[in-house]
Amino acid sequence: MDATAALGATRAVPGVPSDDDGPVFREPWEAQAFAMALALHARGLFTWNEWAESLAEEIKRAQARGDPDTGETYYRHWLATLERLIAAKGVATSETLHRYRDAWDHAADRTPHGSPIELKPEDFRPAS
Amino acid sequence: MTGPNHHHDHDHSELSETELRVRALETILTEKGYVDPAALDLLIETYETKVGPRNGARVVARAWADPAYRARLLKDATPAIAELGYAGRQGEHIVALENTPRLHNMVVCTLCSCYPWPVLGLPPVWYKSAPYRSKAVKDPRGVLRDFGFELPESTKIRVWDSTAEIRYLVLPVCPPGTDGWSEERLADLVTRDSMIGTGLPKEPDEIA
Repeated sequence: MDATAALGATRAVPGVPSDDDGPVFREPWEAQAFAMALALHARGLFTWNEWAESLAEEIKRAQARGDPDTGETYYRHWLATLERLIAAKGVATSETLHRYRDAWDHAADRTPHGSPIELKPEDFRPAS
Repeated sequence: MTGPNHHHDHDHSELSETELRVRALETILTEKGYVDPAALDLLIETYETKVGPRNGARVVARAWADPAYRARLLKDATPAIAELGYAGRQGEHIVALENTPRLHNMVVCTLCSCYPWPVLGLPPVWYKSAPYRSKAVKDPRGVLRDFGFELPESTKIRVWDSTAEIRYLVLPVCPPGTDGWSEERLADLVTRDSMIGTGLPKEPDEIA
């Protein structure tokens, strides 16, 4: 997984914001979401065709809900596609995703401003 | 170190909804063995210059080109940086540290949720490692040597530790041979590492 793979992804997937060298990102989380898709693709979890199709569906759904489609939301759709495909492939259910999201929220809440946020077992609410 | 350094014990960290979801995904995929966080970090680091507005490079370039701006920046960096469109988290101050031929500043940081990436760019992956942090404090000259540059013995090195309320931006020495350059061109010389003091700006012939 390297810059060449990244360039391959920007060619295979329509709409990836990029410049001459490859993808560009507005915020760090966008680069993280991009890198995760690259890693999962390298693991063979999906092909870029499959990814592009799911992403296009996600964008269509968002537009139906009134997404302004200015390009600023591209990586939000990218993230939603990751979540959807991971559930579809049986890697993690959306309940699991929510549980981890809530745990990170709890971790941020108990972490004083200025310290790095780390996830601990006690951040997870017991499964009910 | 001067300036306010209040402790807000009630003041906790915050992550946006999107950041929470991204962290959740990364944790799950790591636990299940689908991704290796170190490999992710390395890939992300290759986008060092491709993330965010890179306000810091513009701030440094303006300070190099405009002595009046430089004076404002060194006196009180927070409003000077805001002039260029970046307003940090409320209550957070940015202090600009001026490098000179006699003094080199270097910054260490815990990489908490308020790391000012819109100014400094993506943090390097080694930045939060304990060996870097302790070596930076004990042997800053050795750290700089690890990064491939040697400062003359006559240059003093000062290490600054970010706190919850104070963030630092290093104002590097402007490389020679750039007289009359536009701010845009100057900004291309400013690297992320030069703004945290673990590198120098590029030389004019490096960006030809």
